[in-house]
Amino acid sequence: MDLTVLFFLTSGLLLGWSLGANDAANVFGTAVGTRMVRFGTAAVVCSLFVILGAVVSGAGAAHTLGALGSVNALAGAFMAALAAAGTVYVMTKWGLPVSTSQAIVGAIIGWNLFSDSVTDSRTLIKIVATWIACPVLAGLIAVPLLKLVASGLRAAKLHLLRLDAYTRIALVFAGAFGSYSLGANNIANVMGVFVDVSPFTGFTVAGLLTLSSIQQLFLIGAIAIAVGVFTYSKRVMLTVGVGILPMSPVAAWVVVIAHSIVLFLFASQGLEHILANAGLPTIPLVPVSSSQAVVGAVVGLGLMRGGRDVDWKLVRNIAAGWVTTPLISGLVCFISLFFLQNVFNQQVYRAVHYAMSDAVLNELAEQGRDVSTLQSINGREFRSARAFMRAVGETEYAGTIPQDELLEYAQLNHSYIDQARFSSLDRDWLNAGQIAAVEQLVGREFSHRWQLAHALAGASAQWVRRESNTINKRYNKDLERKLEYVERTFGGFPDRR
Amino acid sequence: MYMQKKVSHLFGGTKSLENQIDEFLDKVSESGMVFDRAMRVYLAHGPSEEFDGFLAQAADIERRGDDLRRSIEAELYARTLIPDLRADVLALLEGMDHLVNVYEGDLFRISIQSPDIPEEFHAGFIDLIETIVSCVDSIVLAARAFFRDIDAVRDHSSRTIFLETEADKIGTKLQRAIFASTLPLERKMHLRYFVERIDELANSAEDVADALQIYTIKRRV
Repeated sequence: MDLTVLFFLTSGLLLGWSLGANDAANVFGTAVGTRMVRFGTAAVVCSLFVILGAVVSGAGAAHTLGALGSVNALAGAFMAALAAAGTVYVMTKWGLPVSTSQAIVGAIIGWNLFSDSVTDSRTLIKIVATWIACPVLAGLIAVPLLKLVASGLRAAKLHLLRLDAYTRIALVFAGAFGSYSLGANNIANVMGVFVDVSPFTGFTVAGLLTLSSIQQLFLIGAIAIAVGVFTYSKRVMLTVGVGILPMSPVAAWVVVIAHSIVLFLFASQGLEHILANAGLPTIPLVPVSSSQAVVGAVVGLGLMRGGRDVDWKLVRNIAAGWVTTPLISGLVCFISLFFLQNVFNQQVYRAVHYAMSDAVLNELAEQGRDVSTLQSINGREFRSARAFMRAVGETEYAGTIPQDELLEYAQLNHSYIDQARFSSLDRDWLNAGQIAAVEQLVGREFSHRWQLAHALAGASAQWVRRESNTINKRYNKDLERKLEYVERTFGGFPDRR
Repeated sequence: MYMQKKVSHLFGGTKSLENQIDEFLDKVSESGMVFDRAMRVYLAHGPSEEFDGFLAQAADIERRGDDLRRSIEAELYARTLIPDLRADVLALLEGMDHLVNVYEGDLFRISIQSPDIPEEFHAGFIDLIETIVSCVDSIVLAARAFFRDIDAVRDHSSRTIFLETEADKIGTKLQRAIFASTLPLERKMHLRYFVERIDELANSAEDVADALQIYTIKRRV
């Protein structure tokens, strides 16, 4: 692997380290701070389960960050992660409650602005709504859970020492669940921006375990989190354990469980699948802030006891953080990208071009869209998403076609299926039908990704997308990744060819 | 295997400590029974071998109680158990241990000073002894409830506080009767000293009850 690749990954690892140092305290802080669980035990359990969560269930929330803006150059991803890490570090130093999720979202928007990309407003609204929902939901879970546990314990009449022993074990299990959820939900913050530029290729260990390129990326990020846990989290844990509201170990357990459930809900693809199968509304998979989930749960318990203990100043600071953190991080990212590009001469983004052509208009018309107003920009090519959307805005286009659909069809992704590169396709990942379909297209050239997708779907049913709903989401996402892979293999970005 | 060993060690150790705490509280109750029996024997026969036997028994109970308390305290610290309530539990055990010490101390003082208690005050002394023994028994029940059933702590503590007031009333009445009698002043003062020493048990029990009510609020989930 290229050494520069490793260098650029370091900012993500730094972000992972700070996440491990700070957020592990949310999971085990009260347990270690009150000496219910030894730091060594907490660190081992936390590291192990953060790694498991990240590698097994990390992809869900990462995809939402990808939808917000796909940082398509390694140096850009480096700076986005570094800006987020810097913001988290400085704000923590100033004693302001800060969320890694908010910092990284701000950084991605900063990158979008710099690279003249369009920020998907629907995804942004979804993410912001989840930030508010996260502490509220944690509080709503914590209150009935504590009542339930308290009445159960009253009925069980356990000896104080026995309760102490059970609570210790429960805290370790809750911490393991919390760490798993933290890994699954927050690895997206650490490594999410590197997903589109992952330098790894998938491999199989002893024919049993297959680690995709993203999983390898997440594994490295999770190890960085684990290092953060071991090297720095003890101090934070002791502060959290002593500094947080006076709570009994059982209440502390309830807080950890409520926090973990919330993080798990916003990260679990499995749960999303089960809900969709049962015809129930699904929960968006978004990286949320574990600190705010904990504060939400604590405030919930405080309100249950009459609200006198609640630190409303802290609540106000958190609400302010929803605005200030992304703003600062976005600004820092934007300015740093300028320096990285112009002073250090690094490519911080790859220009994505857009074109309006007969082929695009016909395709949109076939989808039942009214394209009459777009005829005026037919034949024009644009150097960025924003330039394209500006031109669309100058037509009499009334917004009948969703922005993301227009961008998807107009985006230029030149590819040429040549025999030489055909042999390098990953035959373990693509199935025989898919490989055969690619082979049939040898010698053909495509300007847009959808053209390649159509041609592949025409050649084999293995390339046909299923109906777009939550149940088929995973299948379609997998197909999408394979399509991107084929496209990357045979060409990719227009400026490369 | 390692986990299983750790878990069984955790629960095994806990069970043994639970037993030690139960045994310690048993010793407090036993002290009360021995005190009651010893005082009745003293009132009936004055200094006697039987009384000395009870005194020796009270001293044994006190020693065993001290050993148990030390062992429980050491264990709680060595294994960092109940970190949030450890100080409260230690204070509770010290308070209960003080009651055992006072029981034993009172019997020793009776044995050394051999007060001459006229028969007309026997009923008053027995009434006082019964009340303070019930009062201490109530605080033992409250302490047991603190470990197992916190909802019951309040009931037992209230009973302790009620019996302490009763003991005060009986003690005052007894002292008035003593000072209203024709006994020489030095005997009156000697008897008053013992009334106050015995009543001190109820006061100490009440102090424990007051503290226990605060510990209970902290112990709520």
